[in-house]
Amino acid sequence: MSKSERPNQLFRNLNAKVASIPMVLTALVIFVGGSAWTVLYSFTNSKLLPRLNFVGLDQYYRLWSTPRWLVSIENLLVYGVLSLVFSLVIGFLLAALLDQKIRFEDTFRTIFLYPFALSFIVTGLVWQWLLNPEFGIQGVVRGLGWESFNFDPLYNSDIVIYGILIAALWQGTGLIMCLMLAGLRGIDEDIWKAARVDGIPTLKTYLFIIIPMMRPVFITALVIIAAGIVKVYDLVVAQTSGGPGIASEVPAKYVYDYMFFAQNLGQGFAASTMMLLSVVVVIVPWAYLEFGGKKRG
Amino acid sequence: MADHAVSLPAGTGSIGLEASGPRGPKPRHVFSRRNIFLYGTLIVVALYYLLPLYVMVVTSLKGMPEIRLGNIFSPPLEITFEPWVKAWSSACTGLNCDGLSRGFWNSVRITVPSVILSIAIASVNGYALANWRFKGADTFFVILIVGAFIPYQVMIYPIVIILREVGLYGSLSGLVIVHSIFGMPILTLLFRNYFSSMPEELFRAARVDGAGFWGIYFRIMLPMSLPIFVVAIILQVTGIWNDFLFGVVYTRPDTYPMTVQLNNIVNSVQGVKEYNVNMAATILTGLVPLVVYFVSGKLFVRGIAAGAVKG
Repeated sequence: MSKSERPNQLFRNLNAKVASIPMVLTALVIFVGGSAWTVLYSFTNSKLLPRLNFVGLDQYYRLWSTPRWLVSIENLLVYGVLSLVFSLVIGFLLAALLDQKIRFEDTFRTIFLYPFALSFIVTGLVWQWLLNPEFGIQGVVRGLGWESFNFDPLYNSDIVIYGILIAALWQGTGLIMCLMLAGLRGIDEDIWKAARVDGIPTLKTYLFIIIPMMRPVFITALVIIAAGIVKVYDLVVAQTSGGPGIASEVPAKYVYDYMFFAQNLGQGFAASTMMLLSVVVVIVPWAYLEFGGKKRG
Repeated sequence: MADHAVSLPAGTGSIGLEASGPRGPKPRHVFSRRNIFLYGTLIVVALYYLLPLYVMVVTSLKGMPEIRLGNIFSPPLEITFEPWVKAWSSACTGLNCDGLSRGFWNSVRITVPSVILSIAIASVNGYALANWRFKGADTFFVILIVGAFIPYQVMIYPIVIILREVGLYGSLSGLVIVHSIFGMPILTLLFRNYFSSMPEELFRAARVDGAGFWGIYFRIMLPMSLPIFVVAIILQVTGIWNDFLFGVVYTRPDTYPMTVQLNNIVNSVQGVKEYNVNMAATILTGLVPLVVYFVSGKLFVRGIAAGAVKG
């Protein structure tokens, strides 16, 4: 319709369109196309090579009856919930402590944030060493005379996921702290004054005034943490390689192993589609609120 | 105790004082209970965060006999740099024994072009989105941002096929393209927001003077936005250097980046575990992002804040 009114519509602003070609290609070919391709091939029985031989939901039935996948999902849930809660709580507490007009604020912030500059591989390997039962924390405490002290998360399949959680929190809480600190700094000083004049205790001010006002920051933090949880892969590879046994497997590792080692592409595609689905459930409502609801300039 | 004495009359008389008194926080005693609690907590937490770095350094400076006998927290009795030399030049990955140096140079050859390419694409892109909006541009932008949350695992295999078709699978150039693709959402967002916040009159004046798309970009936008370029470089150098997944998927063993090689050295099952060499190798791999972090200081924080909060 608009084409007939303005015949040179396509060539208006041509340079900008040319400059946007990489973005358009990435958005359409990789993000939309790639995801659609993977979802489509998850309904096939592709093994070594992708083939369009449809078998319906077979791969999904197989997926949900594979113990390794079930362990992966359980780990992801435990890890996800705990890391979400602890990241938000620790991040906020640290930010609140740093926001008390203290001295050496920059030093403390630098210390809390530096692990975030390190890769998950480095993080995983350091904590593998610290949690080494013979030489690490357990060995040291036993050496001090407490012979029955037990702390070997990486070698105990019941608690291995907590060992990974410790490392993940060490690496990631600094980022959340920084976000929260920026949020706290964005709150008007007058709010604090008003609360003080009204005689509201500090704790109550935080809980009922400041935190509700920081809702956007919390949502951003939540989305960042949630996106990171689904992607968790390197940390597990470095720290435990999924062991002991299959006790610390996660979905991302399942996908990688089935695609590139087990040569069972169909399983890999089905598993990655499940990952996609879990993200969609979280992201779509957020994206709608953030981008769809209001027009921004 | 002193705290009590000060706070007791506060309930009755301080309201009037607050309103008319001098601005700024009330002067406090250095050793009040509040301060002891505050700084005590912060110092304990800071020690917890520093502990792994300390243990890494200490372990890498010890000989193996000392590690077997001693305690990982104790400082080395005899400082030796042999583990560092071995980690750099002769540690074995199971395939070859020429140490981390190979991975280091691979990572350099991956990181430098990836950072340049991804920032070049994203800055022009953000500029087009901020100042030269065309119909449909915002749709693609929203797809791009939402796409940033798709787990990489979903898109890994289609990209393998595309790279194989164009003959770049397994090469460093292929990996550079992959890094540019996945760096695009956050960087485009960063640049778009930055360029949008620049005064509109500047852009209008340049247009009136006859400057075109590229003229405005190179002569006005680029020189005025150096801080955001520094932020983007910091973000990308750390991100790409620390990548593991793309490195392991899109390169071959002789072109593995440093992180992949490090993991292969430390988690290789053959031979006796040399913890000191492993820790030296770990520090070496973490050194580049750590240096970037400590040198860049506040800009690093700004990069995070700009990328995350403004979105």
